[in-house]
Amino acid sequence: MSAVEQDAVIQATRRDVLKGGAVLTVAMWLPTGAVRANEADVSKAGTFVPNAFVRIDQDSTVTVLSKHVEMGQGSYTGLATIVAEELDADWNQIRVEGAPADAKLYNNFAFGPFQGTGGSTAIANSYDQLKQAGATARAMLVTAAANRWGVPANEITIASGVLQHKSGKSARFGELVADASKLPVPTDVKPKDPSAYNRIGKSAPRVDSRAKSTGKAIFTQDFKLPGMLTAVVAHPPRFGGKVKSFDASKAKQIKGVKAVVAFETPARAGVAVVATDFWSAKKGRDALSIEWDESNAFKQSSDEMLKEYRELSRQPGDIAKQEGDVEQAFASAARTFEATYEFPYLAHAAMEPMNCVVQIGQSSCEIWNGEQFQTADQMAVAKLLGIPPKDVKINQLYAGGSFGRRANPLSDYVVETAAIAKAMGTTDPVKLVWTREDDMRAGFYRPMYVHWLKAGVDAQGKIIAWQHRIVGQSITRGTLFAGQGKIDATSVEGAQNLPYQIPNLQVELHTTEPKVPVLWWRSVGSTHTAFATECFLDDIARETRQDPYQLRRGLLAKHPRHLAVLDLVAEKSGWKKKRAADEIYGLALHESFNSVVGQVAKLKKTPNGPKLVSVVCAVDCGIAVNPNIVAMQMESGIGYGLSAALMGAVTLKEGRVEQGNFDDYPVLRINEMPAVETHIVPSKNKPTGVGEPGTPVIAPALANALAQIDGKPVRVLPLSAQGVKLA
Amino acid sequence: MITLDINGQKLQTDAEPDTPLLWVLRDHLGMTGSKFGCGKALCGACTVHIDGNATRSCVLPVAAVASSKITTIEAVGQSKVGKAVQDAWIAEDVPQCGYCQSGQIMSATALLATNSKPTDADIDAAMAGNVCRCATYVRIRAAIKRAAGTLTT
Repeated sequence: MSAVEQDAVIQATRRDVLKGGAVLTVAMWLPTGAVRANEADVSKAGTFVPNAFVRIDQDSTVTVLSKHVEMGQGSYTGLATIVAEELDADWNQIRVEGAPADAKLYNNFAFGPFQGTGGSTAIANSYDQLKQAGATARAMLVTAAANRWGVPANEITIASGVLQHKSGKSARFGELVADASKLPVPTDVKPKDPSAYNRIGKSAPRVDSRAKSTGKAIFTQDFKLPGMLTAVVAHPPRFGGKVKSFDASKAKQIKGVKAVVAFETPARAGVAVVATDFWSAKKGRDALSIEWDESNAFKQSSDEMLKEYRELSRQPGDIAKQEGDVEQAFASAARTFEATYEFPYLAHAAMEPMNCVVQIGQSSCEIWNGEQFQTADQMAVAKLLGIPPKDVKINQLYAGGSFGRRANPLSDYVVETAAIAKAMGTTDPVKLVWTREDDMRAGFYRPMYVHWLKAGVDAQGKIIAWQHRIVGQSITRGTLFAGQGKIDATSVEGAQNLPYQIPNLQVELHTTEPKVPVLWWRSVGSTHTAFATECFLDDIARETRQDPYQLRRGLLAKHPRHLAVLDLVAEKSGWKKKRAADEIYGLALHESFNSVVGQVAKLKKTPNGPKLVSVVCAVDCGIAVNPNIVAMQMESGIGYGLSAALMGAVTLKEGRVEQGNFDDYPVLRINEMPAVETHIVPSKNKPTGVGEPGTPVIAPALANALAQIDGKPVRVLPLSAQGVKLA
Repeated sequence: MITLDINGQKLQTDAEPDTPLLWVLRDHLGMTGSKFGCGKALCGACTVHIDGNATRSCVLPVAAVASSKITTIEAVGQSKVGKAVQDAWIAEDVPQCGYCQSGQIMSATALLATNSKPTDADIDAAMAGNVCRCATYVRIRAAIKRAAGTLTT
């Protein structure tokens, strides 16, 4: 591909990709006919491959090709469930394989012509596509059987992976593979109506539980090629630092060290020690002597930044939303309220520190990775190597968590691995392994934010005006995902689409530009907007002596999904029942990624302080393809959100990140995890997100409970920074 | 050369004596079930059994365990307790990303091997060294109780 062609791809991508986390575009295109999967090299001799998503072997194994990474969210199981439903396959014959990188076949409809996983879209954007893929495969198996048996196709049924005819004839899928492969692929197959589902809506066991309970699942960290070398890197101590000079003589004396190379990528510079194994490479890295050029490095402290943000929060920002006239309404209000909320930088801190395997060939490149952003990574590596993106082959592995970190518009750790392999100048495969400290200090954090809110109520306590000002960095600015205009939708999502009916509403944004790399972090803008909006609403409820549940109810007449979730969580938590004197409930409700989640945090007063005993969670995520996985994601989101609320903070001291590992960046442990019960609103609507929407709700639910103990609202996260500790 | 007793087998390694056991297992002996998460015994992803005790292998120099019996996730299912724990993990669908679960299972197996009916407090004490960023803790607790139930009946 020429530079011009490559630019065209980038332009097309820039134009069509998702503009903002929760603001999903509709499907850009659906394949009009089934696409032969051999274009993407997913076929095998003697198999039936009706499309890019289904492969059936002669032993009747059905392999579902997943275009989405499995990083814990259950995508492999959920996507396979949709195919198994349409095929009427037996669950035991299903296996799942990560699809290769090929945006023509495997793009994410929510992102446009771009393959990637994110925005809680895996099931939502694959639902129709996989129903069609499974139904088409089923129709071809039925036709093959009808032809062989000389019976009408409509007299053939399939149950648990066996085709049957009333004449007594029966066949498993594998027996029909050869015949079905010779048939033309029909383009007019009608998938099942949801009323005919017998697998979707039930909870099949996860396809990856066994491999992940026996140590057999292969993550990038575990992947090995013959002759593979391991790279451990030294990154600059401050963002924007460069390598001035380095002395590798001591590193090279260490047994196993093969090479020491400097690298520079759009994300950062550094020096890599490449050795036969991790420990040798790490000893080599620790023996490096590097002089850094910090002339353009970022040297501010987060305390100073916070001060600037607070000052900005008192000045008008760019308008993200304006309805009515807030100033006029404040002037006529019986009472007004104000609050400022502060949120720190957060690290994703996935269990598997970032890593990647790259092998550069003569005019191609092959990557092994828990791959979340195939198209961006192909383009970035292609640009580095001067080869066409299609010649960057990506092999999908399990990802040991991500929470957004592996979807990086700069492809930071992927292109870093390729840059090291390129600097080696050989075809030896190279595995980059970051230590925990490398991972935590490499940036790409949830941005730091300050919010200022003001509300006015009338004499009856009805909210008549709401002004919400947000100060912080843009996640998408300068990336493929940047939208038009001054407002980054990911900075204000959850605030600018506030569901509560308030006649005068204004949302403003100050976008700051410190040189600290930032990124989406599980539930993106909602990580801070849900807290500010839901806590402020409870403040008003407390000050005006209204029940928080009833106050919300009264403002949601135009949002039946929100109302149903709110009512369900209130019912299941026993919100209206009399509570014991030592029991305190906190409520929060929030929509993200087209799903609505309500949570009630139940605190119990103990001599050692309040204890978070349990969380009752209600969710409307459309049709729950696998309700057990929906529950898992709610539990996971609650734990992840709770970890940040209680103790998560990355801070900078003169530009240096002060945290490095789980001792100074503590995370939630089993003794701090509440019991969780999840209730799903029955729905006939198409599936919406579940990976992220459980996350942003727990912090405000908890804070709204804590505020009732002494009437002191929580306005700064994490709680640990305020000296608040749960029992 | 150091000779190690791993999963009932005598295995030799030419790794430097200061190399942590975790990296000998992973890089020298090809056993990748034990995971690298922190390198400082803070997260438990690297947990193995040394003479039956749950131990963080990421800070344990290989030279220190030359005379110990080492069990890893690859063989823990050969014991009755280990098998019960793995079966319970699968039945409760505990793993999400799965990266920490080898270490979780090793810690849970060590707990149940010495305490057949752990209370919630016992579970907290034994498992608090094992981090799970997917927060599968609710199901870890349920799986430990399930395994305890199958072992006592």
